[in-house]
Amino acid sequence: MAVMPDFLITKLDWVANLARANSLWPMPFATACCGIELMATASSRYDIARFGSEAMRFSPRQCDLMLVAGRVAMKMVPVLQRIWLQMPEPKWCISMGACASSGGVFDTYAVVQGIDRFLPVDVYVPGCPPRPEQLIRAVIDLQEKIQATGTVNAREFTDRTTYEGPTSMIKTLELDQTMVVPGDFNTATRQRD
Amino acid sequence: MSNTQQLLADRFGDFAIREEFRDNVRFVVSPDRLLDVLSLLKNEAGFDFLADITGIDYLHYPNATDRYGVVYCLANSETAERVYVKVLVNDPEPTLESAYSLWKGADWMEREVFDMFGIVFDGHPDLRRILMPEGFAAFPLRKDYPLRGRGERHNFEPNIRADG
Repeated sequence: MAVMPDFLITKLDWVANLARANSLWPMPFATACCGIELMATASSRYDIARFGSEAMRFSPRQCDLMLVAGRVAMKMVPVLQRIWLQMPEPKWCISMGACASSGGVFDTYAVVQGIDRFLPVDVYVPGCPPRPEQLIRAVIDLQEKIQATGTVNAREFTDRTTYEGPTSMIKTLELDQTMVVPGDFNTATRQRD
Repeated sequence: MSNTQQLLADRFGDFAIREEFRDNVRFVVSPDRLLDVLSLLKNEAGFDFLADITGIDYLHYPNATDRYGVVYCLANSETAERVYVKVLVNDPEPTLESAYSLWKGADWMEREVFDMFGIVFDGHPDLRRILMPEGFAAFPLRKDYPLRGRGERHNFEPNIRADG
């Protein structure tokens, strides 16, 4: 019988995706009221354990799903990025609620206008805050995405080397307008070249 | 409260201007006498608790004569009286003496006023920013600072998928 290596590799991907999609371990980055809905989602009434992602770990090295729930202040971006980089591959990110996705009503100097400017986001959840059902829907969507695009050695991530966030507000700043990032921020966050 | 006013009048004459609205009593003092007034209020009038230090930017304010105001909110823990001491400072280098020598609690309050308004407190042991990131260059509660900032909130390096 002829050996069919391509077929075998595809099935390996499928098995790996099955395992990954149904055991997403969320890293809850809950900074605001969305975090309360996140807790409700994990509790018995909505029970995110039905979808295999009830194991919330507050240690990023054990997680593969970053759940950003709430507004992110400018001072917190290096912390958020550091946590993201500490999570092992393969990893995914859900931006939960209006604030994490776009800044929401907090259109001020200190609040980041959407975390997708600094992190690659897979699924956005609208709402202020979103209902637990919406978050469960996001997890199901992410499972479908993993099942459809995942590879056993996570090639799909290393292949994507371009910035995926919005570009409309990225602009070159005058020298007197930029924030001079101090050494601590550099060492705390791995910067690209 | 009249005792306090009498005490201040005896010691400082016209230096401390008294304003009153209902039970809210304020003294406007000049910056060079600030520490003397605070010291007198603490040591002789019994205002032993520094409740808060806040700043005000009077830019574009109707009939304002000075740029910044700094308000010290004092409380007397025995009589539950409160008194507000206000000083007015101006550009280019708004500077006040630190109240840290009187109340240790002034430490973080003065750092906050410095962070938000850029008012420098001489004699403060560790005058750093407290709310904004250390590299932040502006003083965001000044009225000439735009509400949405000058782009600092977008000025971070993004992570991409291929990163770690």
